[in-house]
Amino acid sequence: MLYDGGKILTGLGVFLVAGLLPFWHNAVAGRGPKPEPKLATTETRCVEAKATMRASHMELLNRWRDEVVRRGVRTTAASDGRVFEMSLTKGCLKCHANKKDFCDACHTYLAVTPYCWDCHVQPKEAAS
Amino acid sequence: MSNRRTFLKVAGFTVIGIAGRRLLSGVAEASVTATAPHRTGRRWAMVVDPRKCLKDQGCRKCIEACHSTHNVPAMPEPRHEVKWIWKEPFTKAFPDQEAEFIDETLTSQPVLVFCNHCDNPPCVKVCPTQATWRRDDGIVMMDWHRCIGCRYCVAGCPYGSRSFNWRDPRPFVPNVVESFPTRTKGVVEKCTFCEERLAEELPPACVAACPEKALTFGDLNDPGSEVRSLLRARFAVRRKPALGTHPAVYYLV
Repeated sequence: MLYDGGKILTGLGVFLVAGLLPFWHNAVAGRGPKPEPKLATTETRCVEAKATMRASHMELLNRWRDEVVRRGVRTTAASDGRVFEMSLTKGCLKCHANKKDFCDACHTYLAVTPYCWDCHVQPKEAAS
Repeated sequence: MSNRRTFLKVAGFTVIGIAGRRLLSGVAEASVTATAPHRTGRRWAMVVDPRKCLKDQGCRKCIEACHSTHNVPAMPEPRHEVKWIWKEPFTKAFPDQEAEFIDETLTSQPVLVFCNHCDNPPCVKVCPTQATWRRDDGIVMMDWHRCIGCRYCVAGCPYGSRSFNWRDPRPFVPNVVESFPTRTKGVVEKCTFCEERLAEELPPACVAACPEKALTFGDLNDPGSEVRSLLRARFAVRRKPALGTHPAVYYLV
């Protein structure tokens, strides 16, 4: 019925074990702790709602970057009308001052390496 | 007969239709960019008075102010040098200056040079990613996010105003200023006429730092501006005029 059935099925078995090893590992050992970004601020609301910021802060930052650098527009109004200066170091970092406890918490968990900090200077507190 | 007539009619209307759409889309695009705040009607320019600049020949205040404000690295090796504003020997700054017997106090001393923010900038023409472009206020701006480090602009600029980061510059920035980014390895940088300070209504850092007021910054489109009155009162030259780049940096004679 199946030529070389034994070899094929053994191969598939080996693949299911070896290729999906990360999934097996998680199934047995659990997923590990979820990242908990820490924030030291009295501010209750970011530029947009928490869920929006969490899902698409990178798009907002890209838009801000283009507005400031390429169009020279330096302030923006959030959806609720509050006005912000579109600046990473002069804006975002006022609250999100600690890169290691905030940005890196999720970025390390998800293994993403944004290149913001290759040029932009992170605040001194987090640099240590 | 009527067939040809209809054909020509249809063909004619089609051509008009296509041309009309092109025209309309052009108008729509223009109305969007017209809201960009760079369109201030200004044309920023710098006037350098070399005689004032030469009063203290060891002075490097403008250079230090610029380079510390913008996190310009001090590279240990000359071939890696990064500079926004520097002093160049007179014969190199003005190689086509052929008049003989000029006052030696001028020709024997170095000239302060930086990006000329040309009206017709060759660096902008050659940039394949539009990482550098000419703003409506005349500033030849750079988007370091978009620079891919091809160095066409370095080759294109006839004034040597552009520096390439051959190494990671961060370790060589003496005192990193947090409010301004550094650059990375593989990115070109140059003077931006302190675009970020102009946005706060401040003069460029070099202008503010000069103790002799040898640098004057202003709007060429305003007939009452200080730069225009200086250019009216005294004869001025620009670097390598034969190239047709039309620099916005003037040197008073």
